[in-house]
Amino acid sequence: MSQRQVLQGVMSLLRTLLLDVVPTIQQTAALALGRLANYNDDLAEAVVKCDILPQLVYSLAEQNRFYKKAAAFVLRAVGKHSPQLAQAIVDCGALDTLVICLEDFDPGVKEAAAWALRYIARHNAELSQAVVDAGAVPLLVLCIQEPEIALKRIAASALSDIAKHSPELAQTVVDAGAVAHLAQMILNPDAKLKHQILSALSQVSKHSVDLAEMVVEAEIFPVVLTCLKDKDEYVKKNASTLIREIAKHTPELSQLVVNAGGVAAVIDCIGSCKGNTRLPGIMMLGYVAAHSENLAMAVIISKGVPQLSVCLSEEPEDHIKAAAAWALGQIGRHTPEHARAVAVTNTLPVLLSLYMSTESSEDLQVKSKKAIKNILQKCTYLPALEPFLYDAPPNILKHVVGQFSKVLPHDSKARRLFVTSGGLKKVQEIKAEPGSLLQEYINSINSCYPEEIVRYYSPGYSDTLLQRVDSYQPLNN
Amino acid sequence: MATLARLQARSSTVGNQYYFRNSVVDPFRKKENDAAVKIQSWFRGCQVRAYIRHLNRIVTIIQKWWRSFLGRKQYQLTVQIQRRWRGYRVRKYLFNYYYLKEYLKVVSETNDAIRKALEEFAEMKEREEKKANLEREEKKRDYQARKMHYLLSTKQIPGIYNSPFRKEPDPWELQLQKAKPLTHRRPKVKQKDSTSLTDWLACTSARSFPRSEILPPINRKQCQGPFRDITEVLEQRYRPLEPTLRVAEPIDELKLAREELRREEWLQNVNDNMFLPFSSYHKNEKYIPSMHLSSKYGPISYKEQFRSENPKKWICDKDFQTVLPSFELFSKYGKLYSKAGQIV
Repeated sequence: MSQRQVLQGVMSLLRTLLLDVVPTIQQTAALALGRLANYNDDLAEAVVKCDILPQLVYSLAEQNRFYKKAAAFVLRAVGKHSPQLAQAIVDCGALDTLVICLEDFDPGVKEAAAWALRYIARHNAELSQAVVDAGAVPLLVLCIQEPEIALKRIAASALSDIAKHSPELAQTVVDAGAVAHLAQMILNPDAKLKHQILSALSQVSKHSVDLAEMVVEAEIFPVVLTCLKDKDEYVKKNASTLIREIAKHTPELSQLVVNAGGVAAVIDCIGSCKGNTRLPGIMMLGYVAAHSENLAMAVIISKGVPQLSVCLSEEPEDHIKAAAAWALGQIGRHTPEHARAVAVTNTLPVLLSLYMSTESSEDLQVKSKKAIKNILQKCTYLPALEPFLYDAPPNILKHVVGQFSKVLPHDSKARRLFVTSGGLKKVQEIKAEPGSLLQEYINSINSCYPEEIVRYYSPGYSDTLLQRVDSYQPLNN
Repeated sequence: MATLARLQARSSTVGNQYYFRNSVVDPFRKKENDAAVKIQSWFRGCQVRAYIRHLNRIVTIIQKWWRSFLGRKQYQLTVQIQRRWRGYRVRKYLFNYYYLKEYLKVVSETNDAIRKALEEFAEMKEREEKKANLEREEKKRDYQARKMHYLLSTKQIPGIYNSPFRKEPDPWELQLQKAKPLTHRRPKVKQKDSTSLTDWLACTSARSFPRSEILPPINRKQCQGPFRDITEVLEQRYRPLEPTLRVAEPIDELKLAREELRREEWLQNVNDNMFLPFSSYHKNEKYIPSMHLSSKYGPISYKEQFRSENPKKWICDKDFQTVLPSFELFSKYGKLYSKAGQIV
C-alpha cells in the first residue's frame, strides 16, 4: 500500500474513534490526530481531506475540557504548516468555537485555543483579519491579565502575530487596550514572557508614528532599558528591536529615546552580544543618527563609533557588516566634526577593504561605498585620508583628492605634513586625463606648493637630473 | 372631357379614399408627434445640464479664490507669529552652539547615570541568581544527607566519613549529624471485608488473641513446658461454627411455613373476596333502583299518545270532523274475518 493509502486508512480509523462513546477514547484519538498533524504537513493535509475538522469543531463546543484541549491542539497542529491549511480551518467555522473556548474557565483550554488562533493568524493579513472579526482580540487581552504565566505568554504572542501584518490590525489591538497591560508586564521576571511582550510592542509600534507614540505614552522608558541587560539573548534582541521601531519614525521620538539614555544602553547591549542579536541595535543607532546632526553628535559622545567599528571588523555575517557600514555612514555624513569622529577610529580603511573585496555581497559593497562617499564629502581629517591615496579605486580617489584640494590651500601645517608623509609624491604619480575633475584637483594641490618641490616630487625627476648630469659639460676639461 | 369622365368615375371612391387615408395616418401622426416631443425635451435637458455644469465650474473657481483670500486675511496674523517664533526657536536652540554643548553634556551625563543604574541592576540580578543557586545546592546536600543518615558513625563503629586516620571528621559527617532521617511513606490502610459469621464472636477486641495465622517472630528462648502448636491452637480457637439442623432452623419456623402455604393458595384464587353463601349476608344491602324506575316520570300508555283516544291532546273543544268518508276497509277492521281476536 502506498504512503497515501496508509495515511487515509489511519485517518479514517481515527475518525471513527473520535465518535466513540467512551470520552477517554475520544480524547486520546484527538491527541493522536494532533500529534500526527504536528509532525508533518502531508499528514496535516490528510487530516483536512478526511473531513475530520467539522466533526472536531462540532464537538469542541460541547465536550469536557480535556477534549477541548486535545481538539484545539489538533487545530493548532494543522494550522501551523501553511496558509492554505489555515484557510481550511477558517472555512469550517473553527474560529467561532475557538473564541468561545477562550472564554472557558480552565486556563489550559484557553491556552490551547489562543495557541491555535496564533498559528492561524501568523500567516497573512486576511487570516489575521478573520481572527479579529471573530472577536478574539478583547478576549486575548483578558487572557493576558490571567495569573498563569503560560497563558500570558501565548496570549502576548498571539497579539504580536495579529498586529504585525498591517496598521489597521495593530490599531485594533491598541483599541482593545492591550498596550497598557503589555507595558505593565515588562517587569515580569520570566524571560520568555518578556520576549513575547517586547515582540508584541515592537510589532505594534513599527507601523506608524501614532502607534509608536501610543506605545511610548504607556511609559515603557526607562523600564525597557533594564531588559537590555537581561541574560536571555532573545529578550535583548526584542528590546533593541522595540527601541529601533520607536526611534525610526521621527526626530522627536529619537530625541525622546536619547534623552532617556537609550543610546548608551543600546551601545552597551551591542557590546555584550554577538551575531544577529546585535543587528537591531546597530540599526537603531543608524536611524537615530540619520534624523539630525545633533542626534548624531549625541550618538558620538555616547561612544557609539568605536563600538560600531568593532562590529564592522568582527562580525562574520555580511548583512550585519552592511548595517554597521550604513550606520557609520549616517553618523559621519553631517558635518566635518562628525566625519572626523568617524575617521579617527580608523574605520575608513576597513570600509574601503570591504568595498573592494570580491567576497562581500552586493548589498555590503553598495552600502560601504555610500558610507565612504558620505564621510569623504565632509572629512577634513587628513591623516585618515592619506591611506586612501594609495589603494583607492579611481572613483573614490577623485573624492579624496578633491578633499585634499579643499583643505590644503588654507592650512600650512597640513601642507608640511602632506609633503613629509609622501602624499605629494603619490599625487604626482596619479595619472589623470587633462581637463578632468581629477586633473583640476591635482593642479590646485600643485599650486599650493613652490615649483621646485613639485618638480622634485614628480616621477622621473631623478632621470631628468641624471640626464642633465650626462649632458653637462664641465667648464674645465 | 376625358378627365372629367375619369374624375367622375373616381368621385365615388374619393370620399372613401380621403377618409381612409386620414384615419390610417392618425395613429402614426400621434406616435411621431410624441417621439418628436421626447427627442426635443431630452435634447433641451442636455443643453441645460451642460450649462449648469459649466456654471458650477466657474462658481467653484470663484469661491476658491474668494476663500483663499479670506483665509489669508484671517490667518496672516497667526502665520506671522508662527514665523517669528520658529526663527527665534531655531536661533536660540538649534543653532546655538553653547546650548548644543550643554545639551550634549546633559545627554552624556544621563548616559552615564543610565549605564551605572543598568550595571547595578545587572549585578543585583547576578547576586540573586547566585543566591538562588546556593540555596538549591544547600537543599540538595541536605536531602542527600538525610538519605544517607545511616552512614553516621556510632560509638562502636566509626562511619566512612569519620576515619580514625583523619585529624578531624569530614564535613559530611557534621552534615549527617545534623540531618533528620527520612521516613518511609506509610502504606494506605486497607478496607475491611463484608461481615461474616465469625464477626459476632465475643472477643473481637485487639487485646484478645491475635488474628493472623502466623505470629511475628520473637527472638528469645522458648517458654518451658509442653505447649501446643500455635497453629493448632488458632485453628481450634477460630474454627467456624457448624450448627445442627435443628439449631439452624429459625425459631418461628411454623408461622413462616403457614404464611408460605397461605401465599401459595392465594395465588390460585380467582377472586379475592370470600364466597358468601346465604342471602342473609346481603340483607343489609340497600336496594338501588334502576334509572327507569327512579325517575319521577312514569311510562305513558300507548293509547294516550294518540289524539283520537286522548281528548287532552285536542286543540279545540271538539274532535276533528271527518269530511271525507273513511276507508271502508278500516271500518271492518277487526270484524271481518273471524271472531277469533274479539274479546267477549
